[in-house]
Amino acid sequence: MSESSPTYVTEAMRAAQGEWTGERTAPPITETDIRRWAMATFYPEKPPRIYWDAEHAATTQWGGIVAPPDFNPFAWPLERPQPAAPGLMGARPDGKSLTGMNGGQTDTYGVPMRACDVISERRRLVDWWEREGRLGHTLYVRNEIEWRNQREEVVRTRLSIGIRY
Amino acid sequence: MTVRFEDIQVGDSMPSWSRKTSFAEWNRYAAVNDEFVPFHMDDEAGRRAGNEPGAFGMGNLRYAYIVNALHDWIGDAGVVREVGCQYRAINQKEDTLTVVGEVTDKTVEEGEQRVRLTMNVVNQDGLGTCPGHAVIVLP
Repeated sequence: MSESSPTYVTEAMRAAQGEWTGERTAPPITETDIRRWAMATFYPEKPPRIYWDAEHAATTQWGGIVAPPDFNPFAWPLERPQPAAPGLMGARPDGKSLTGMNGGQTDTYGVPMRACDVISERRRLVDWWEREGRLGHTLYVRNEIEWRNQREEVVRTRLSIGIRY
Repeated sequence: MTVRFEDIQVGDSMPSWSRKTSFAEWNRYAAVNDEFVPFHMDDEAGRRAGNEPGAFGMGNLRYAYIVNALHDWIGDAGVVREVGCQYRAINQKEDTLTVVGEVTDKTVEEGEQRVRLTMNVVNQDGLGTCPGHAVIVLP
């Protein structure tokens, strides 16, 4: 970076790169959680039976009700997770806060989530890049978020892109 | 009817899948995902966030629509292995969103018969709001 092209990358980001952090555990999943999630995301149509009909689900490859892949067991936490330290989200050299946007994600799914599963999460800062865009100087930050169930099986790996400008 | 790996060809399109979206859909999603962000719930908050028409929909709900469209196509015998997308345009009230996908590759990897698709969520004006990809596993 030259002086005419500022960087929003912080020392905190460099120090945290690749380090797993932010471990937390969701409450046990219930069949009601799964059914309500499916009803909301398929609305106004009735969701597929695999998400609410145990008798039907028993005849499938899963042998029982499973959650939709995008199901979020961390919704409605009793304790809100602490937001990432500001320095991990990038910062302007003048100290003013950056504006953030969700740039998208790629999720790879392992074993499905089921009722009674307890999902744990950990995350790490993977990498970042900067460029001049229509919003001015822009920092793209890639984080990896991993979910495992109580048997240590990987449920989901997410690579998410945060945009800061 | 089960969708089988041998019946899929590169260039095939998956069946399109649509939802008209407004507060009825967004509020239900907010309720299950605990996503009560003011600019998704309130027109004034939407305008303050820079969207002149008012409140706007969640990116995560469009992501759910991609996953749901894939499941409705491949059924319980298939597996959604990977989905990725970028949020490029806003989901306005009363938009009709249609999930579209086209097969770009077929491979056998790690013992799985995998089909890769390009995906998008297109609004009623033909604007692709959410370009991405998916990998499904078929019997």
